[in-house]
Amino acid sequence: MSRIYDVAVIGAGVVGMSILRELTRYRLKVCSLEKMEDVAEGASKANSGIVHAGYDPIEGTKKARFNVEGNNIFADICNELDVEYKMIGSLVVAFDDYEINVLEELLQRGKRNGVKGLEIKSQEWVFENEPNLSRNIKAALFAPYSGITNPYKLTVALFENAIQNGADVIFSFEVCKIEKDGDYFVVHSADSRFVKTKVLINCAGVHADEISKMAGARLFKIYPRRGQYYILDKPQKMPVARVIFQVPTEKGKGILVTPTVDGNVLVGPNSEYIDSKDDTATTQEGLDEVFEKARKVLPSLSKRDVITIFSGIRATPDTHDFIIEEDEDVKNFINVAGIESPGLTASLAIGKYIAELVSDKLNAKRNLNFNPYRKDIKRFSELSDEEREEMIKLHPSFGNIVCRCELVSEYEIVEAIKRGAKTLDSIKRRIRAGMGRCQGGFCLPRVMDILSRELKIDKTQITKFGKNSYILTEKRWED
Amino acid sequence: MEKYKVVVIGGGPAGLAAALESFKSLDDKKVLIIERDKFLGGILNQCIHPGFGLHYFKEELTGPEYAHRFVEQVVENRIEYLTETHVIDITPEKEIVAVNKKGLKRIKADSIVLAMGCRERTRGAIITPGTRPAGIFTAGQAQRFINIEGYRIGKKAVIVGSGDIGLIMARRLTLEGIEVKAVVEIMPYSTGLRRNIVQCLDDFGIPLLLSHKLVKIHGKYRVEGVTIAKVDSQLQEIPSTERFIECDTVLFSVGLIPENELSKKAGVVLDMRTGGPVVDNTFSTSQKGIFACGNVLHVHDLVDNVTLEAQTAGRYAAIYSQHPELFENNIHINIMAKEGIRYVVPQKLNKNFVQPFVLRFRVDNFYKDAIVTISNAGKILIEIKKSILTPGEMESIEISQKILSQLDFSNDIVIRLQNI
Repeated sequence: MSRIYDVAVIGAGVVGMSILRELTRYRLKVCSLEKMEDVAEGASKANSGIVHAGYDPIEGTKKARFNVEGNNIFADICNELDVEYKMIGSLVVAFDDYEINVLEELLQRGKRNGVKGLEIKSQEWVFENEPNLSRNIKAALFAPYSGITNPYKLTVALFENAIQNGADVIFSFEVCKIEKDGDYFVVHSADSRFVKTKVLINCAGVHADEISKMAGARLFKIYPRRGQYYILDKPQKMPVARVIFQVPTEKGKGILVTPTVDGNVLVGPNSEYIDSKDDTATTQEGLDEVFEKARKVLPSLSKRDVITIFSGIRATPDTHDFIIEEDEDVKNFINVAGIESPGLTASLAIGKYIAELVSDKLNAKRNLNFNPYRKDIKRFSELSDEEREEMIKLHPSFGNIVCRCELVSEYEIVEAIKRGAKTLDSIKRRIRAGMGRCQGGFCLPRVMDILSRELKIDKTQITKFGKNSYILTEKRWED
Repeated sequence: MEKYKVVVIGGGPAGLAAALESFKSLDDKKVLIIERDKFLGGILNQCIHPGFGLHYFKEELTGPEYAHRFVEQVVENRIEYLTETHVIDITPEKEIVAVNKKGLKRIKADSIVLAMGCRERTRGAIITPGTRPAGIFTAGQAQRFINIEGYRIGKKAVIVGSGDIGLIMARRLTLEGIEVKAVVEIMPYSTGLRRNIVQCLDDFGIPLLLSHKLVKIHGKYRVEGVTIAKVDSQLQEIPSTERFIECDTVLFSVGLIPENELSKKAGVVLDMRTGGPVVDNTFSTSQKGIFACGNVLHVHDLVDNVTLEAQTAGRYAAIYSQHPELFENNIHINIMAKEGIRYVVPQKLNKNFVQPFVLRFRVDNFYKDAIVTISNAGKILIEIKKSILTPGEMESIEISQKILSQLDFSNDIVIRLQNI
């Protein structure tokens, strides 16, 4: 494989993958450099999955612009990529007069940002439409164009479509040095590989400030800000129909309760600045804070329904706005940094913007073979019995259910591996094996059997998410 | 659509015993067992330690040996079974949809026995803070990797939970050359059997830390250690008792939950306390012709009891399939778990079947010198003195014909602890 590119993108999160996919619309040789073994291993796998309407960011900011633009194109792109997106609407609930005033501010700001359909709803309306919410709620801001998606599945879909259209993604490539060689950047990895590229785009998430410094570009600072979450089991009846926010504070949009596109309930996040950029631990204090605040909105919330907890780290920039610009001093080096919330919503619009910027810069022609469509793996759980019968006739392994909680078949696991999944977590994110109420208690060994067989590796080499995250340490006997 | 008299969902110990008993009681011997794994026998196949069958067979067997005795009978009697077949739906009309590699099957049953077993509670379910590295297992996962697949899962382990499964896995890991640093138990007592504490921990010098809690998991890629702390009588962490234990493996053995997703699809009413269906003394659920037994009904500590209970369920399932009219106009009286009793099974007595049965129950705390009473219409019918009662040990009381003859059927049966 040639290691000379027109454009290289550092970081395979949702922003990096969106840019990479948009770049394949042009006749450019493009790649992404990712330090982990899969896409979406950072903030893209651990956020709320909300497609925000755009009333939060201050008007005139990049956040406001890309949020609203992103929201406008989200449905179309999810449609192209066969990714679930549900425009279920959101409510910001207010408990007192002060908070009602904040709703009014948000409404006005949203209007100035160009958000459609915003309305302040009465207490009666709230109780009629969200009967499980606290009776102490006085009013709510309704944003009909807010929605939910699955952030890591979107990232995977962007990745797969970019690959289909000719992009490369180089995994386990941890950037450690960036040099200039004439018109090219030479990007070195920790294990002594290198890539040459004309344009270098920094989408390194929480580490973007380090990459910018490495390239000799603008100095800024990314502060890691952690948020903790609960995932609740799929309820027979969803306790809320919309994304329920509380009134935002200077720390962010606050704790929300929402259905996920997969049918679970998601609760979180809190917000805490932490010392280490990689400290994804949950804490008792953080979890307690999240639960208490969420209970204020949804009193029926029960810890009995919790199936897992996790935390995600936001890349908060010291500039208080997204940093999306070519560097003033280092030509052809573009920072796409500090993409905290509403980064998921903005990602698709940022991708388009950057791809246009770069293609202009390189005078690139349109790629007439670009195919915007990507199909997801056929999911047993989503088909009718008749469709299942048809699929089993074609692929008998579709009738072998491996993950009982989420009804995932062997066929789906093999498909995920064929499309690039190498680790247990990468399979989990693509098709949900191990993501149900038993959290892989039953299917983990079975998924490992299939990974071992398909990748022709011993089970001791299988990892949860790359590097040293092995499951088994030693084979004791042969069958 | 294929038709059967009795279809048993699950080929573990409960399913096997229920199927065998149905088969014996039926004239038309159309019985089918549906099992999702490759083999019959269920989780017993990975329980290679001894201690099974002491009550039922009066001898000590391993899990696979215990299961084998039933599998053998199933095979000898040529009872039909499907393996690697997953039931995806059960309707209240007792139609079953199952899939395997050959296709999607629709089966009509006259009666169904639910015997799907249980699943393990996980690290997430008990909300354990920390990172999410590799090296965190449930006891059952570890058991499968070690006993069936022949892998070592780490070098130094901490086990959370001191029920029998946790204790047995402490010994098992030790025998495999994995150093067990400690068994951590949040309660002031172990819920495991005394003999297991001696044989699995004491004999190997493994510390049992009672009134301790795992408060944090450390490690980025693989577990690097855990922080534990002492807890007070309210199970709250006592400040400045935190201690770090270096390990690469954490095993969670923190309870089992009946696997009732299919029961819900069939519209079966569940008991919040057991997590399983509400049943009467025929093991009939709220849906006519659907019966339940084994760990899907409530979590047992001894497989011997599962077998006995499943036999009764299987027998009544056969009766229903031949004479559903006997179950028409069912009238029940409630069996209520009161003071000190966490739950009781069955939860109802069917007035059409006033026949001797066994009440199984668990207490809600650790009790010494307590009296269990069973009363009806304000009158104590049974009074049993117990020197020790623990939530970990399932208790049982037989309701004889003599007791049944004294019942006032317009009143509940009440089970409670007295003088506590």
